[in-house]
Amino acid sequence: MLVPVSWLKEYTQIPEDVKEFADKMILSGSNIETTTTFGEEISGVVIGKVLSVEPHEDSDHLVVCMVDVSGASEDGQPVQIVTGAPNVRTGALIPTALHGSTLPGGVKIKKGKLRGVVSNGMLCSAGELGFEDKVVPVLHKDGIWILPEELSDLPDIIGSDAVKALGLDETVIDFEITPNRPDCLSILGMAREAAAVFDKELTLPSFKAEGESSDASPTDYISVEIKKPALCRRYVARIAEDIVIKESPWWLQRRLMFSGMRPINSIVDITNYVMLELGHPIHAFDIRTIAQGKIIVDTAKDGEKFTTLDGSERTLTESMLLINDGEKGVAVAGVMGGLNSEIEADTRAILVEAANFSSDNIRLTSKRLGIRTEASSRYEKGVSAALSGDAAGRVCALISETGSGKVLAGAVDNYPGKTDPIAIDVRTARMNKLLGTSLTQEEMEGFLRRLGMTVVSEPGLLHVTPPHVRLDLKAEVDFSEEIGRIYGYDNLDVTLHKDNVEAGKSYRWTLRDVTRDVLTGLGIFEIQTYSFVSPKGVERIRLPQESEARRFVKLINPLGEENSVMRTLLLPNLLEALALNAKRSNAQAALFEVGNTFRTDGASDGDFSMTALPTESVHLSIGAYGGNWDFFTLKGVIEGLLSRFGISGVVFEPVEDSGSWHPGRCARVLIPTDFGNTPADPTDVPAEPDALAVGLFGEIHPDVGSAYDIDAPVYAAELDLDALIEASNLMRHYEPLDKYPAVTRDISLLASEDVTVGQVTSIVTSNGGRILESVKLFDVYRGKQIPDGMKSLSFNLVYRASDRTLTDEDVAKVHGKILSALSAGTGAQLREI
Amino acid sequence: MADKPEELLAEAEALLTGAASEADIEAVRIRFLGKKGALTAILRSMGSLSPEERKELGLKANAVRDRIEVLIEEKKSGASATAQAQRFQAEKLDVTEPGRAFPRGTRHLITQTIDEISRIFMQLGYSVTEGPEVETVFYNFDALNAAPNHPSRDLTDTFYITEDILLRTQTSPVQIRTLQSTKPPIKVIAPGRCFRTDTPDATHSPMFHQVEGLLVDEGVTMADLKGTLDTFAKRMFGEDVTTKFRPHFFPFTEPSAEMDMSCFVCGGKGCRVCKGSGWIEILGCGMVHPNVLKVGGIDTERYTGFAFGMGVERIAMLKHGVDDIRHFYENDVRFMKQFG
Repeated sequence: MLVPVSWLKEYTQIPEDVKEFADKMILSGSNIETTTTFGEEISGVVIGKVLSVEPHEDSDHLVVCMVDVSGASEDGQPVQIVTGAPNVRTGALIPTALHGSTLPGGVKIKKGKLRGVVSNGMLCSAGELGFEDKVVPVLHKDGIWILPEELSDLPDIIGSDAVKALGLDETVIDFEITPNRPDCLSILGMAREAAAVFDKELTLPSFKAEGESSDASPTDYISVEIKKPALCRRYVARIAEDIVIKESPWWLQRRLMFSGMRPINSIVDITNYVMLELGHPIHAFDIRTIAQGKIIVDTAKDGEKFTTLDGSERTLTESMLLINDGEKGVAVAGVMGGLNSEIEADTRAILVEAANFSSDNIRLTSKRLGIRTEASSRYEKGVSAALSGDAAGRVCALISETGSGKVLAGAVDNYPGKTDPIAIDVRTARMNKLLGTSLTQEEMEGFLRRLGMTVVSEPGLLHVTPPHVRLDLKAEVDFSEEIGRIYGYDNLDVTLHKDNVEAGKSYRWTLRDVTRDVLTGLGIFEIQTYSFVSPKGVERIRLPQESEARRFVKLINPLGEENSVMRTLLLPNLLEALALNAKRSNAQAALFEVGNTFRTDGASDGDFSMTALPTESVHLSIGAYGGNWDFFTLKGVIEGLLSRFGISGVVFEPVEDSGSWHPGRCARVLIPTDFGNTPADPTDVPAEPDALAVGLFGEIHPDVGSAYDIDAPVYAAELDLDALIEASNLMRHYEPLDKYPAVTRDISLLASEDVTVGQVTSIVTSNGGRILESVKLFDVYRGKQIPDGMKSLSFNLVYRASDRTLTDEDVAKVHGKILSALSAGTGAQLREI
Repeated sequence: MADKPEELLAEAEALLTGAASEADIEAVRIRFLGKKGALTAILRSMGSLSPEERKELGLKANAVRDRIEVLIEEKKSGASATAQAQRFQAEKLDVTEPGRAFPRGTRHLITQTIDEISRIFMQLGYSVTEGPEVETVFYNFDALNAAPNHPSRDLTDTFYITEDILLRTQTSPVQIRTLQSTKPPIKVIAPGRCFRTDTPDATHSPMFHQVEGLLVDEGVTMADLKGTLDTFAKRMFGEDVTTKFRPHFFPFTEPSAEMDMSCFVCGGKGCRVCKGSGWIEILGCGMVHPNVLKVGGIDTERYTGFAFGMGVERIAMLKHGVDDIRHFYENDVRFMKQFG
């Protein structure tokens, strides 16, 4: 909301220092976006009067003017100025930048020659004096600024300083108006705020026209019928005759321009002025165009065509309010008038409409038609119906004041939605309790009165009636903010609430932190990617058709296809992040994400029957390319994490048909489901633990890598982190340190390629009895001396007893058993090292 | 070979002086003190002497043996020091060569920022809680006192999944879930993702993070709100920052405020970060609206509370000088490496 400070001062007294004013307004809740000072940079620009306009002998589009600047020229004589402005004419008053003058932006004007002819300055356009193009008066928007003729009447105007004469020195403050305060979308509304903040009187403008005519009555011209009272709470119509469509007086144009509106003609300008001044939209109809003077407020017919005054034909629906005259529509209520009832140069009588339309209805109409006007946006936010009478009156007062017409006394005021003002009870103790203050009842009453409220006081209780424009004040609690902000939030104490609440974070939150600690400690970077993804991601990762992860939760209104479904997996986003790094020539990248995935039973392809919220579960993705990464690096990372989680008994199972991964380099991670819970009854021995699959990892399928434009092999994992957290156990129990020495034995197996390390270790472990402490693979060899299709696997076995030193016989017995089991179980040739 | 202990001592001294290596010293030891050494021979030969002579010679010989042992030890340590010095010289490193790089990952800057905010509030007694990213219209709007036709509910502002299910536009629905599931005193923060239909550019992202805060108890006042958030600002941005509370509007709080913080870069003088104003807008807050407490079944006469919400990206960008919000979701390792 643009507020020219000089306009505001018409209604209340504010500090001269703009910064002091601004700071206090900000603290009281009227935040300021920008403060713009106009006119400061302008110097040496005077009001000139064009005495003659002669053609330029050497140019078709330039003319040579003699301009009277009175005593402002060096020799007191008229100055010769060359201009290209098409609208220059003899007798015109024009802001004239003389030799040595300065314009906004620091532009210096010097005398010079234009096509050989001396020019001693410049005739200025409004734009050159600092106004935005969109506010330049419509009459002069394509040329120099010809000032309103009324200025000629001022004494000593010729040659006077243009900044002073026109009031170009202005400070305009752009206030940020919160949606609960539509009353502040007006100069008077901001003045009411300022008056409350600085505890000054508020002076209202005149709502009554001078010299109203009683020769005729408005009802001679018109009748008003509201057919949809729910959508139109009030309709006030006033009539003005003998209309003269002319240029508005400069004071009015000036205020419009500094408030961001373009002056058009006196009648249009007055309606805009009143909208800015009071915040109430106004519409004016040419009475000639209203058939039989009938105004009917009704909804349109479905599909009805109507041409708005911007010349566009609109198709209406039956939800839209269309003002009609029984024969045709004349205005889309509250949004835009019709081309057929527009004010024309020869308009002689007008109907001034100040009506109150439902904000929800206007919002929908405006949205459906794609028209947003100053009027519709104010109706959307809320306009007080009690204001309509004054708004229409104010228009009439200005019509009369500017000599634009003769106003008929009386109004047609149809007010079906009239309500009486309601007093709200405000308990003073409650206010102090919320604010942490100890304000007295008198102080609170004073603050509320400053805001224009009527207050009736009884012990401990205030009955408060806010001004009718304060649509936001509905309940007791609303007044706590009013009292608080006028008292000043900066005057409230700064305390900490005393309580005995203890802080904590959930186990799940903690374990996610642990995950991040482990993985960043291993040199992997955490990423964050969008929760919504492209449904094509599952195609790119070659996810099997039957996969549950193809059942997407879909957005109705995505930004684009690439963000149209909620992710079911993190893998596609991970690969995209790796691809971005590869594309940017980062030699290696190792990334992980801890993020939500979304699954639902209800919604899927185009079916929005989903009624329950989807299941959100946190997954973990890990991926890398470059550096020393390979399958076993990734496996080591996963094993390290599982170990940190205290999950043992993990099984890795080869997976050949994952789609996304290399068929020979992919494993499923299976964790036991008994989570080591001790059965309550010791005789209740738990059954063989069932395994829970918690995810896949391995080398990404080369075709998938290509789909993401990554040339290097990619290693990636996707794990169900919630399941891992569920299975985790951070509790650690002390085990006595080894007291007795270990006996180690190394063995080598010459085995077929089919034999897996997993099989070997499983056979070793299950035959190792209590004294086998560990078995570790330390070498895999293929090549010289090893036949094709075979490999040599070397293991280190450690035996130890916790209660004695093992003898050779102890070890030999178990070791022998292991060797024969291995031989039988794998067909491998054994070799003791 | 001399046969008197004193002579042996003189001879040993002379030999040790000339000994250059540990081997030479060992040779001296063997020559005098070894099983077949000269001094050992003297002691062995004492059997033929008279008791007096034996005693006298024995004393002398033992004294000399002790002395030679001391001399050998001294010589040995000197020799080993020399040897060590030579070794150190040979093993000398160029300490300006780079250290061996261990891989070191980083938490995402958004995670780090949430961690820091959470740590501060946990120190103030708040617990960390969470809510779903896919929410109902009820929790995201209705229960938060949002007007039934408020524009923020539009398809142009909010992502919808069905008419009743949406992507939450704020973390505030966690307030309602917490109020419904917990009895006062309630003291939680809720970090999480939010979504609005903003086209990505340098300052907008359709997905972003907020941290919500809620305190409901007996006797909670707006002064407590100011104290809590002022403490937060100081711990997050430095003890020197000051805060300013401006009245504002949120449907779920009354009174409502926005908190500005004096610019931590220029100290309030005005700079690029604060756009010359000296102040930076940090968060929105207010006293929980009675309508919101009622949804949670809280006795609004007995209990009052405050709530606040802040944008994590904004705070991270301000604090670390990040100039484009899109960096957070591109995940370029060159960006991420800077924050660990």
